[in-house]
Amino acid sequence: MRWLRRHYGAHPIHLLLMVACFAVAGYALSRMNAQGGLGRIVLWFALVLIVHDLIGWPLYTWADRALQRLAPRKRPGQPPSVPWINHVRVPAFLSGVLLIISFPLVLRLSAGPYEDLSGVSESAYLGHWLLVTGLFFMSSAAVYALRLLRARRRLNPTG
Amino acid sequence: MVTADDGRAGRLASLERRFRSPIRGPWLTSVFGLVLLIGIPVEFITGLLSYVAYDPQYGNDPNPKHGLFGFFVFNWFAEPSWLYRLVEGVHVGLGLVLVPIVIAKLWSVIPKLFKWPPFSSVAQVLERVSLTMLVGGIAFEITTGILYIDYYPKYVFSFYTGHFYGAWIFMAGFTVHVALKFPRMVRSLRSRRLRTELRTGLSGTLPEPVDDDLVATEPAEPTISRRGVLAMVGGASAVVFLLTAGETIGGVLRRVDLLGTRVASPDIGPNHFPVNHTAASRGIGPLQTGAAWRLELVGARRVSISREQLLAMPLISHDLPIACTEGWSTVQHWTGVRLTDLAGLAGAAGATWAYLEPFDGNAAYISGTQLHASQSMLALRVNGADLSLDHGYPARIMIPDAPGTHNKKWMQRITFEAV
Repeated sequence: MRWLRRHYGAHPIHLLLMVACFAVAGYALSRMNAQGGLGRIVLWFALVLIVHDLIGWPLYTWADRALQRLAPRKRPGQPPSVPWINHVRVPAFLSGVLLIISFPLVLRLSAGPYEDLSGVSESAYLGHWLLVTGLFFMSSAAVYALRLLRARRRLNPTG
Repeated sequence: MVTADDGRAGRLASLERRFRSPIRGPWLTSVFGLVLLIGIPVEFITGLLSYVAYDPQYGNDPNPKHGLFGFFVFNWFAEPSWLYRLVEGVHVGLGLVLVPIVIAKLWSVIPKLFKWPPFSSVAQVLERVSLTMLVGGIAFEITTGILYIDYYPKYVFSFYTGHFYGAWIFMAGFTVHVALKFPRMVRSLRSRRLRTELRTGLSGTLPEPVDDDLVATEPAEPTISRRGVLAMVGGASAVVFLLTAGETIGGVLRRVDLLGTRVASPDIGPNHFPVNHTAASRGIGPLQTGAAWRLELVGARRVSISREQLLAMPLISHDLPIACTEGWSTVQHWTGVRLTDLAGLAGAAGATWAYLEPFDGNAAYISGTQLHASQSMLALRVNGADLSLDHGYPARIMIPDAPGTHNKKWMQRITFEAV
């Protein structure tokens, strides 16, 4: 037991869980192989992992940092202003999530099969996505304007 | 003296220092984790039920090599008629709603990906492999699901093979992750009170005061509070629900269904509801469906029957859903002849399964349970009008509680069999 802990690096139950986990995965791989397309499925698996970890995450982090650099730093002695960064972040995040869940429709990547199957055009989706994106940014800007107004009033009750 | 390895470790240590978010920490990660701990088993179970609903044991199996992964298969139900609609609606709808939460959860643990050294023990190596199954698995299931419901045509492998076996690999990774992290999740959730967090604005937002590899070593000034992040992520889920759920739930939500997969239908009038597979796309026209059309029934005897003769038989009417594997559904009022009556006509009242052959060659099997169900019918009319060609004129199958793909349109032949 102690030998295992020292050389393995965790409790034996940890090892047991790992063995069970890989057994299930190995069996799933063998079933996929029997059905065909295993190589392409594994490739897709690796591809989406890379797209998230090495493209998607670095990209949105970089965009967010760029946004933070644009935001004015608070200097001591200066009256507190209303930070605007989250009024860009929130609508951008909502719009991005909607694009992720519907990009084949919005970008008309499946126009052919979609129109064959449903009998209607796929072209409505781009407009829908742009419409809700516009609504998110406009309502976010409106809320920001209200907060700004309130902050000015608080600072300057007579004016 | 500085070795190459020291330099590498130094660079990575500086990378670790670059994770400066003051709100990253075990509590926030655990909140997202708890939501997924509830949501993902629901996804898995509804996914398995959706497979069962195909009645794979009757020859409709999209995964014929399932082996032990088919241990749960049973004869799918024929009532209540809303069951498949609910199962598939939840599977697709909840799957989309969970997307922002998955993104947030992955953001919250990303420093772990760059932890140095990456492999300090055999246990850690194995755990990293299982985490690859977990993270790659969720990304795989989400992307294959989205491309499938949105009809992306350039699939490089069968959706059914990938999404089904991929789910087992993902769930293996998910189960060990939960087993290993559950105590820590509970501890972290108890370390802060949700109610207090929801009252804490930006000025009171401080890093979690625990020694943990998720907490930044050099935290930056906060630009968003924890409640702000929770509202943003939860809000994104709510928006996804609002803009897609109408195509399953209907009602008021149908009016704001802007990004569901079926936002419009080609017809107006009684046949004004979404179509899956238009007649034109399946090469169906007057040649197959004109006045010469006859339905062929094959049992102990062969019967050829015209639409007028079918309309002269006892008719039943029921509100039944077309519930698509892609998640959308629509309930309409159908009128037609009971399938069990047609079996009787062919001298096969005791049939235990049937083979449905439409003119487009897209055949399917149904079980005896569905064949003899009181609401199962060969539909001739919908909402008081004749079926439109796109909805299956001259006659289509309507089975309560079956996946939409089993409600065959443009029927040519029904073969009744007894085991």
